[in-house]
Amino acid sequence: MAIERGSNVLSQAVLTANGLGVMRGDRTLFTGVRVSVCARELVLLRGQNGAGKTTLLRLLAGLSTAESGKVTRTAPHHWIGHRKGLKPHETPATHLQHWANAWGVEPDMVHTALEAVSLLRAADVPTGHLSQGQQHRTALARLLLQDRPLWLLDEPFAAMDDSGVAMIKSRIEQHCASGGAVIAAVHGDYGLTPSQEITL
Amino acid sequence: MGMLSYFANPARFMRLSNWLAPVFYTASAVLIVYGVWQGLWAVPKDEVQGGDIMRVMFIHVPGAYISMAAYGAMAVSAFIWYVWRHELADVAAKSIAPLGAGWTIICLSTGSIWGKPTFNTWWQWGDARMMSVLFLLFLYLGYMALRAAMDTRQKAARASAILAMVGILNLPLIKFSVDIFSSTLHQGASVITMEGPKMSAVYLWPLGLSALGHTFLFGAMVMTLMRAEIRTRRAGALRAQHLAGS
Amino acid sequence: MNARPVLSAFRQALQEAWAGGAGIFLPATFFAGAAVLVPLGVGVDNALLRSIGPGILWVALALSSLVTMERLFQADLEDGALDLWLQTDLPISAYAAAKTLAHWCVAGLPLALMTPVLGILLQIEPAKLPMFAAGYAIGGIAFFFWGGVGAALSASVRRGGLLIALIALPFFFPTAIFGARALQAGTATSPEALYLIASALFSLSVAPFAMGAALRLAAD
Repeated sequence: MAIERGSNVLSQAVLTANGLGVMRGDRTLFTGVRVSVCARELVLLRGQNGAGKTTLLRLLAGLSTAESGKVTRTAPHHWIGHRKGLKPHETPATHLQHWANAWGVEPDMVHTALEAVSLLRAADVPTGHLSQGQQHRTALARLLLQDRPLWLLDEPFAAMDDSGVAMIKSRIEQHCASGGAVIAAVHGDYGLTPSQEITL
Repeated sequence: MGMLSYFANPARFMRLSNWLAPVFYTASAVLIVYGVWQGLWAVPKDEVQGGDIMRVMFIHVPGAYISMAAYGAMAVSAFIWYVWRHELADVAAKSIAPLGAGWTIICLSTGSIWGKPTFNTWWQWGDARMMSVLFLLFLYLGYMALRAAMDTRQKAARASAILAMVGILNLPLIKFSVDIFSSTLHQGASVITMEGPKMSAVYLWPLGLSALGHTFLFGAMVMTLMRAEIRTRRAGALRAQHLAGS
Repeated sequence: MNARPVLSAFRQALQEAWAGGAGIFLPATFFAGAAVLVPLGVGVDNALLRSIGPGILWVALALSSLVTMERLFQADLEDGALDLWLQTDLPISAYAAAKTLAHWCVAGLPLALMTPVLGILLQIEPAKLPMFAAGYAIGGIAFFFWGGVGAALSASVRRGGLLIALIALPFFFPTAIFGARALQAGTATSPEALYLIASALFSLSVAPFAMGAALRLAAD
């Protein structure tokens, strides 16, 4: 999916956030977090379990509001979290068809996306019967349905087999190379070369 | 907005309520004792309204007015918190709810006590005012239950603020609907009417002072609960800081 | 605002609620069961049943509308679909309204269509029944939308059914009162019938915004 980008996009920030602070009850999860991402950047988000990576990604995606600080996105985004938004009785095909319909995407993109994540064989199996790795592939296929500059990914490599890891890695690199931006929370090293690393 | 921000400071509130609450308690004690004395001994009984039992009016009517005013105050506090996020407004709303519910129960039970010997019924469906107060009781209970069901303080504040605002929007509609519904035991409006108070002065003054006393008592108790809530939150914050530091 | 996402949400919600026919089963059985239980409870006096029959059906409708509320938003919250909707280009209150309306289509409107049959069992005059059904349909909209507010506020609460009832029931009062009076008055243009329609329209205009705010909170 090659994307045409003007040269002025290179210097423009796709997402900025300043002074982000989150509290849970009386407990402070984190404070004073700054994030700034431009086009073609790959940002890896690291931290121990419970450090707040998921919370930060949800903040950046606009799903949560922080007690302090502001998030500004200047481009449409995709977000994939831990729960993939799949209904048990849906098949990958119907799931993608539904979202293609909701987002105004042409129906033939569904087939292209399923092919890209190697799910054509399992396209008509209810997601309740799919393995976790296959469910993650479905979520990734959804991301490929519509081109949006910013990707926010929460542990994209979890539960993926070797071919899946390679596929996701190449997709991320392609996306950044063609002018998009990716912020991904990861544990471990997958041979990615990030432009920034944020550790919580 | 400046005045709102001025009052939104919890430390300032603590200093203010430190002396204001006892003043309110004292004033309320004086007024309520006076009202009770007047009500029980000094005023003549009204046979039409039930004889001696109608003296309970001096608690019943203030109960009704406080329960309604309290809900309004709670909804306004919730709105202020929702828009400006002044923590004190959330503390106020949380504190008002149980007290409002309490006065609602006082109103309903004294109403029943009045109703049974006078009109031979503990409860009368179709009485507009009793139904409005019953409705208010459910609103208070729903509010408190929702707050209790949320897992964090912030979520409890947000969820209950939404509910309080929806409740206040529904209040005119419910009042209208119960008026349609009712053939009422209550006398028509006798205190606030176009021609001025219709109740004779011998009842009006003790009633007014009793209502004022109840208002002071309500205000004092709200301040007491707010002070307790502020201290609880401070303790929680200190504990969390301590845990994080160690 | 693009209408496409809303229609898409409505269609998917309709499919989910219907669930191949199973979605209508529980509310319908509950409704019929509640209505049939009453003569068992109050006795066989036909005149009595005729006078309380419409009211019984209002109560049964109100309770039936709460029976399936719990899962209305909780499913989408738990599997992450709500997160996706929050990031789609549509106001979340429109999503909430679409879901609730779809839910009413499957679990509310059919109940209203059942009322003629139940009405006959409860000795109501058959001539009035079609108009009564319209009344129950309109009242049901209000019940479902206020119930939806309760469901949205309780979406993150396990076993929130009781909480939903406690929150929503007070808001049912006006509709129940106007509905009962409207059926008593007997014509479609009586003031009470108009108040009934007004209460339904009021719920349609206020509840979605409350649901939207509550769902944003639930996903937070």
